[in-house]
Amino acid sequence: MTQTAPTKAKMVNHNAAASPWNELGRKLALTLDTEELTNCMRCGFCLPACPTYRETGLEAASPRGRIALMKAAHDGWMMPDPAFQQQMDFCLGCRACESACPADVRFGRLLEQSRAAIAEHAPQSQREKGLRKLFLRGLFPHRYRLRLMGATLALYRKTGLHWFVHKSGLARILPLHLRQLDRILPAASSQGVVERIGTVIPAQGKKRGRVGLFRGCIMDVVFADTNENTARLLAAAGYEVVIPPEQTCCGALHAHSGEEGEALELARHNIQTFRQADVDWIASNAGGCGAQLMETSYLLKDDAKWQADAHWFSTRIRDISQLLLAGNPLPLQSLPKRITYQHSCHLQNGMKVAGAPESLIRSIPDATYVDLFEGDRCCGSAGIYNLTHPETSMNILDEKMNHVKETAADILVTTNPGCLLQMKLGIERAGLHDRMEALHLVDLLMQSMKKGENAHERTEKAQ
Amino acid sequence: MLKSEMKAELVAVLGDAHVRDDTESRVSYSYDATPLYQSMPDGVVFPSTTQEVQSVLRIASKYNTPVIGRGSGSNLSADTVPVNGGLVMVMTRMNRILEIDKENLTATVQPGVYTQALHQAVEKEGLFYPPDPSSMKISTLGGNIAECSGGLRGLKYGTTKDYVLGLEAVLANGEILRTGGKLYKDVAGYDLTKLLIGSEGTLAIITEATLKLIPLPQSRRALVAHFDDLDAAARTVSAIIAAGIIPCTLEFMDRKTIQVVEEYARIGLPQEMDAILLIEQDGPPVLVEQDIQCIHRIAADNGAAHIAIAETEADGSRLLAARRSALSALARLRPTLILEDTTVPRSRIADMVRAINRIAAEYNLEICTFGHAGDGNLHPTFLTDARNQAEIERVEQAFADMVETALQLGGTITGEHGVGMAKAPFLEWQVGKTGIEVMKGIKRAFDPQGILNPGKIFSDRSLPRKGGT
Ligand SMILES: Cc1cc2nc3c(=O)[nH]c(=O)nc-3n(C[C@H](O)[C@H](O)[C@H](O)COP(=O)(O)OP(=O)(O)OC[C@H]3O[C@@H](n4cnc5c(N)ncnc54)[C@H](O)[C@@H]3O)c2cc1C
Ligand code: SF4
Ligand code: SF4
Repeated sequence: MTQTAPTKAKMVNHNAAASPWNELGRKLALTLDTEELTNCMRCGFCLPACPTYRETGLEAASPRGRIALMKAAHDGWMMPDPAFQQQMDFCLGCRACESACPADVRFGRLLEQSRAAIAEHAPQSQREKGLRKLFLRGLFPHRYRLRLMGATLALYRKTGLHWFVHKSGLARILPLHLRQLDRILPAASSQGVVERIGTVIPAQGKKRGRVGLFRGCIMDVVFADTNENTARLLAAAGYEVVIPPEQTCCGALHAHSGEEGEALELARHNIQTFRQADVDWIASNAGGCGAQLMETSYLLKDDAKWQADAHWFSTRIRDISQLLLAGNPLPLQSLPKRITYQHSCHLQNGMKVAGAPESLIRSIPDATYVDLFEGDRCCGSAGIYNLTHPETSMNILDEKMNHVKETAADILVTTNPGCLLQMKLGIERAGLHDRMEALHLVDLLMQSMKKGENAHERTEKAQ
Repeated sequence: MLKSEMKAELVAVLGDAHVRDDTESRVSYSYDATPLYQSMPDGVVFPSTTQEVQSVLRIASKYNTPVIGRGSGSNLSADTVPVNGGLVMVMTRMNRILEIDKENLTATVQPGVYTQALHQAVEKEGLFYPPDPSSMKISTLGGNIAECSGGLRGLKYGTTKDYVLGLEAVLANGEILRTGGKLYKDVAGYDLTKLLIGSEGTLAIITEATLKLIPLPQSRRALVAHFDDLDAAARTVSAIIAAGIIPCTLEFMDRKTIQVVEEYARIGLPQEMDAILLIEQDGPPVLVEQDIQCIHRIAADNGAAHIAIAETEADGSRLLAARRSALSALARLRPTLILEDTTVPRSRIADMVRAINRIAAEYNLEICTFGHAGDGNLHPTFLTDARNQAEIERVEQAFADMVETALQLGGTITGEHGVGMAKAPFLEWQVGKTGIEVMKGIKRAFDPQGILNPGKIFSDRSLPRKGGT
């Protein structure tokens, strides 16, 4: 049982001439969580769960492989290089490996630490740097600008800009799936949830507590209806809902693409906001945001001043499905449809919520719940992965849609805006749009509840 | 990195995408599931046909380069760690089930098929392939054959070696060897099929296997028994077998494992107990019922503190989940898990467990023991931290003591995980000088250049045997 030193031990001399890769190696040595790296016992149980391993069959594209690469870079017997960076980029960040791991290795954290180091040190193209800055710093954290973008998008749809894009040849340089994406993008709204229903919504029936609604950034522009429905459902389930308008973006996209500093800033801001709102729980209706918010306490682990508040914040995050299930029963009405469910990776693997969404779907009168084969596998959306790795993303999506087709469902439900868009895109690509629609869980429940309200109104009128 | 002429020849055969010698590829095939071992290969190849395997081996022979066959790299004996560099040959592209023959009850498969995939495919046909290593979700049949993997059903159904009827394999020089076939009776000369089983990639590369299938049992039923006395548990195991009952599963967890599992899974295990037996029987419902009742009686007669029979199959699965979550529970406790694999005659289980506990105390180590009580195959598992050099040294000494004890009790240094590098220093203790010489002779006959998985099974670091414990 002797330890065999790597044959090419200490290949890297970090004191050699400063190159960006060298700097990256040094940074990884400092910032990668050594405990997590050591906790991986290399059993390989995560391999079958990993979509990129399934796509390529390559160990380097598996969680175990990626951890080995990180460890090799961390321990200094491999110099990180463009291939290292590509391998970290190629990961979907779906964290299916975490759910499969017996040793509870938090792969997501290691990935974020690697990406943060890469964002800081790896040489990037000007275009990439520009885009990153524009979206992550210039847009998502700023409500006003997002809203403006929402309005512009709405305008873009209504006016001839659409025509311009096509005429000017822009459409030709956009890959096919982006053009398809353009078709399925919902009409962005210039009115967010607060503008629509205010900041406090009283509870109905027996009061179950006070819930802060995390409205998200894109969610509140592209899926403002869903946010509104979320608040209404919570109220119907007996929660007093508060929507502090000062809240900001969750920082998931920042953390996932290596903008760690920005993510920290956003986290502190959100903690403060919800602390002041004095809530029992904080509801998220997007798995991606929820999982990120739960990581807040780990994010700020080295910040003594914020530790206690961060812990308070992290432990109060609940997915909307959990709160609805625990609240007063919703007045759901008959919805005689076949309904299937695609898990959101971050809800399932990040927030560890499984079962609650399905239970809610099953509770809809007359609805038939059908299991989706491999419904717990990533759909390939993964943040902006479908933009950065269109081929892999579309391979994964098309395989998923084959399974979706087999369910013969009328409604495909999911719980995260990114996944929802991807599902809409998948339906479009598979030519299923006349047979099937994709809905957020919250919108589905609202449909079933509204039927009740309408029916209620009708009976009132009749009387 | 590969020599450029050699790489060119490999690329000519396999294509660019299936020959890799970049840093990422080499790092990611430098390890397997064995803690503490790692070493870089010069390159990695991914053949997809027997002919490609042949070509790779011919090229490797020409350049006198080691070739290490690899399935999923889930083995626990450092068997796929390329200690001498060379080529790692990954077999997972050869992953087709070629035939399920319902008339002859056989399945013919390529080596890269995942064990569980075969289970699912044959069970759809009402057939059964019993070997079920705990790693079956990822381990390949090629890896299973090369390691002679066992599993939870070993007692009643045997291990991989009992299900391999025929093999196609490529020798180091590129020649194809065919052994056995679909026949259940086949005694022509030496049993080369059996010789290749458990050969750990040192004799030939397996490219196809014909496996024996049996009918799928109609039903199964589980029972759990708690003991506050280790000997009572051991007596129960022996008494069940002596009564002529062979359960399909007969698993054991020691006190330490129970405590750890309970702390992790909170499934209501009694933490004050010394041992738990998890027993399952399968077969026609009437016989299963009869056996389970009989086992219940035997356990009670031998002093079980508590016995429960699962009402349904699902209930049974929940009971057995306790054993299955053992690994997760242990893995979360300390960073490094060294999962060992000693086997003793089943009548000596209590002696072995006691010896393990004594050794743990002596070297101040944490060792949890669980395993397949029915066949005496125990997995004493060291909970440690690879970064703690002093502790790792104590682990090594403790492990040597443990091996010594197992041999004295009439056991073996490995029940199912293979020798590889991890056990190589102890092989001579078990098979003696003559055994080693005969094995080396066989190795020379198959692979005169010594290019197939060098550094495994045979060690140049023979340890002096302590004798006595
Ligand atoms: C958590 C865990 C639990 C485990 N539980 C069990 C268990 O219950 N029972 C058990 O027996 N084992 C168990 N194992 C060990 C391991 O999974 C088995 O040894 C398995 O058979 C290895 O399969 P593999 O495909 O990963 O092979 P690898 O690890 O890749 O290779 C194993 C050996 O086979 C050789 N090999 C692989 N393919 C070929 C081929 N086509 N031709 C020739 N040689 C080849 C390799 O050179 C190597 O020597 C466990 C491992 C882990 C990590
Ligand atoms: S399952 Fe966990 S411990 Fe096993 S290889 Fe994957 S990350 Fe490592
Ligand atoms: S996060 Fe998803 S894609 Fe990335 S390694 Fe884990 S399972 Fe694979």
